Amino acid sequence: MNILFHFGRYFILVKRAFAKPEKVSIYIDRIFEEMNILGVGSLGIVAIISVFMGAVITIQSAFNFENPLVPLYAVGVTVRDSMILEFSPAIVSLILAGKVGSSIASEIGTMRVTEQIDALEIMGINSSGYLIFPKIVASVLFNPILIIFSMFLGVLGGFIFGVMAGVVTNYEYIYGITHDFRPYNVVYALIKSGVFAFIIASVPAYHGYYTKGGALEVGRSSTKGVVYSSVLILAFDLILTQLLLY
Amino acid sequence: MIIGESGSGKTTLLKCMVGLNEIDSGEVLFNERNFYQLDFHGKKEIRKEIGMLFQGGALFDSKTVEENVVFPISMFTDLSEAEKRDRANFCLQRVNLENANNLYPSELSGGMKKRVAIARAIAVQPKYLFCDEPNSGLDPKTSIVIDNLIKEITEEYNITTIVITHDMNSVIEIGDNIMFIYKGEKWWEGSKQEILKTDNKEVCDFVYATKFMKDLKTKF
Repeated sequence: MNILFHFGRYFILVKRAFAKPEKVSIYIDRIFEEMNILGVGSLGIVAIISVFMGAVITIQSAFNFENPLVPLYAVGVTVRDSMILEFSPAIVSLILAGKVGSSIASEIGTMRVTEQIDALEIMGINSSGYLIFPKIVASVLFNPILIIFSMFLGVLGGFIFGVMAGVVTNYEYIYGITHDFRPYNVVYALIKSGVFAFIIASVPAYHGYYTKGGALEVGRSSTKGVVYSSVLILAFDLILTQLLLY
Repeated sequence: MIIGESGSGKTTLLKCMVGLNEIDSGEVLFNERNFYQLDFHGKKEIRKEIGMLFQGGALFDSKTVEENVVFPISMFTDLSEAEKRDRANFCLQRVNLENANNLYPSELSGGMKKRVAIARAIAVQPKYLFCDEPNSGLDPKTSIVIDNLIKEITEEYNITTIVITHDMNSVIEIGDNIMFIYKGEKWWEGSKQEILKTDNKEVCDFVYATKFMKDLKTKF
């Protein structure tokens, strides 16, 4: 029953967040502001993780392809497909759920316990619309850009470190990443990243919005937001993979 | 003014009046309009007529003093940027807060936060002003400044102001009609003069709880 209560309240909150805005121009400014905070602010961490993961996948693949019947260009194929199909959309989204999700839950939770959300309501402003809608839109619009950036840097990281470590040649790696390339895989990854972006912004926002108490509860809301959004990302990863690849 | 002991239900009553808490029974009327029977848009229209001073100020942390005051003006008017800033500066000057426009709430003292909150509340020219313990956490001198400011603004803008407090100094300074709440119920109602003369036990226990008030009673 508790789960049903939270589901119901979550959907009511999201519905309210998508109600007609009081002033469109202010909401557009807020979306760009959130894109800068949630999206541009995450470029650094996404870049570092993607480059190193690409490098690690390259070296591990080369290490495991000891059979002479497996061509070395398979390393490039493995890195490309791992990055596009799973690492960039799912693992980067999980990392963003930790970074962005905790920030959203604690920001909105602090606003709740310091009565800033009440102040918005008293002014006649739809607080869920003003606070949550721009975060969801910014996240859904910007996360696919982050995911493409991650795919590119992962493959590049694999190339640089693979060649530097001498586990694969330039030619074999480049042949591998272009061999039997399926553009639909990128479409699949972008659909997943859009859904994950919605979860990353809305679930922590829900936990922050209904925070009760003080600083301790803000911390708890932040943790809950990250945990629930991570679990939902993994569940939807499975559902979307089944729906879109088979 | 609504007075009463801590935990007697003053803030809950205030939140019911402004629609932040749902009510189980009764009605809240604003000029014959029953707030809880209105739809979302009707409630929104009433809320545009309300200004509220929260106990902690409830200023937006991410905005400067000027941005805090400009915010409600931007949301509900089509004034130009210069006009909005002029209006905000007028309100800030009215609460005697100049040269603080670019400061953030974390850089302000308790009294300054309350003054910014008053400026923000009057920026959209409300018909009703609700103040939740405007003096909490302030020194006696600043408390008087805030009390007088609330009184002056109430008279100047001809608005209905409801103040929640447990500070008897405020009651004596700016009280007009006073309601005493005890254990979640309206216990007593009357004027400032009447509260000092009442023989209601619970009211007397509250009003004359301090030595200063007891001395005052003996003197007069």
